[in-house]
Amino acid sequence: MAGPILRVENLHKAYGKTEVLRGVSFEVAPGEVVVIIGPSGTGKSTLLRCINQLTPPDQGRVWLEDVEITDKRTDINKVREHIGMVFQDFNLFTHLTAIQNVMLALTKVKRMSPAEARAKAMLEMEKVGLVDKAGLYPAELSGGQKQRAAIARSLAMDPKVMLFDEPTSALDPELIGEVLEVMKTLAGEGMTMLVVSHEMGFAREVSDRIIFLENGAISEDGPPEQFFTNPKHARTREFLGKLTELYGNHGGPRGGRRKK
Amino acid sequence: MFRPARDHRLDLSLFLRSLKFIAPAIKVTVLLTVFALTFGLVFGLALAVARVYGNRFAATAAGAYSRVVRSLPTLVVLYIFYNLAWVAFRVGGVAAAVIALTACTTAYQSEIFRGAIQSLGTGQMAAARSLGMSRATAIRSVIIPQVLRLAIPSWSNEAAIVLKDSSLASAVGTAEVFRRSQQIGAANRDYLTAFLAAGLIYFCLTFITNRVLDFAHKRYKLKT
Ligand SMILES: Nc1ncnc2c1ncn2[C@@H]1O[C@H](COP(=O)(O)OP(=O)(O)OP(=O)(O)O)[C@@H](O)[C@H]1O
Ligand SMILES: [Mg+2]
Repeated sequence: MAGPILRVENLHKAYGKTEVLRGVSFEVAPGEVVVIIGPSGTGKSTLLRCINQLTPPDQGRVWLEDVEITDKRTDINKVREHIGMVFQDFNLFTHLTAIQNVMLALTKVKRMSPAEARAKAMLEMEKVGLVDKAGLYPAELSGGQKQRAAIARSLAMDPKVMLFDEPTSALDPELIGEVLEVMKTLAGEGMTMLVVSHEMGFAREVSDRIIFLENGAISEDGPPEQFFTNPKHARTREFLGKLTELYGNHGGPRGGRRKK
Repeated sequence: MFRPARDHRLDLSLFLRSLKFIAPAIKVTVLLTVFALTFGLVFGLALAVARVYGNRFAATAAGAYSRVVRSLPTLVVLYIFYNLAWVAFRVGGVAAAVIALTACTTAYQSEIFRGAIQSLGTGQMAAARSLGMSRATAIRSVIIPQVLRLAIPSWSNEAAIVLKDSSLASAVGTAEVFRRSQQIGAANRDYLTAFLAAGLIYFCLTFITNRVLDFAHKRYKLKT
């Protein structure tokens, strides 16, 4: 079996006196889709940002394949090209159209010619179903379209792994589906994905593993069936109950997000 | 200086003659303003970037410069830098006046740009870095293009202020609009008419500046 794409070892991060991550370790295998869930403020975003070093961890190591990202000698910009990141609030560049958003890093980082970049960007826009919106500015797009453009922007770099930080939690309920659909397709194509999300339907249907993060540590890590039917801790069951209360039973026994 | 006589009457032909006398200095006022604004834009942006993204030393130095300059009367800053320009580079005249005006507007523009950068939030930088851009590339290709657009309304205001403050350069001997109006006022023993003429010229220049920048704002503003 090939080695893991992503390996996280004993990550620690504190903000002042509050310890946010207290020794987090896990691996993600090629093509694997791992969903991270956990209560608010438990360090999920911090964990993702420690992986691509947007937030440098205090302690612990991260590898992308056999490159140690946390090594001071590693060219972090080079590594980040291979780690896509999708944010809760999209963070599209507001002065650029959707397609220019996708093209920018292609020309500035990958040094493609504008024509090459445009062609590549168009391909990605097609993947996320935004060809007809390519020339619009972020402000002219719906939330779902914005997030799909942001996904295209990351995909254009041909990343080895994609990090998603609650990609649908800023969206109106009726727009969540289109983004999850794109992510599902991506997973189907074999993309390695690490997804922070409370969309239990998505987790149940698409993920290979679910990690439950609580108080900065992993308390469950296993396949979704085990997670939903037989969690190790009573606390997990309680949290799942709360999620169902909050978001409805989107991931009812038979999968499909939408109940109706 | 003398006051207008009790029976002072506005003399239209004198007003027109004053305008005509002052007119050649419009070029000087415009040049002073354009150069000071342009250099101030470059240095002000640099200071703003240093304050937000620079290391502690750069941020502190940039902040201190802005605080000190903004705490002094513009005329005092002007005299100081006018003299500094001579001591340091042996330049005087209009060049020194440009340096002095630049020193002032740099401080104010750095505040405008710093505010704009901070209003962008941290997400834009995070997104740019996550795509593999270096900090410098992110600042150049993502932050600054947005900051410039966001800053246009405040910048338009600053442009009007610099235009008006360029009259202070008369105090260091630059033959700009205000200086010329003093001269023609003295020659005719009628300052009121001369200053009204200067006033009309400043009004027109300010009006045009603001209109042009309003247009730029409409054309380039970030859609939200
Ligand atoms: N830049 C920061 N400075 C100080 N504290 C921070 C910073 N970023 C996060 N924190 C704190 O760290 C803790 C974990 O934050 P994090 O955003 O990782 O949680 P999360 O699990 O993503 O929560 P949510 O579900 O609300 O997104 C929180 O208590 C938060 O207040
Ligand atoms: Mg979060």
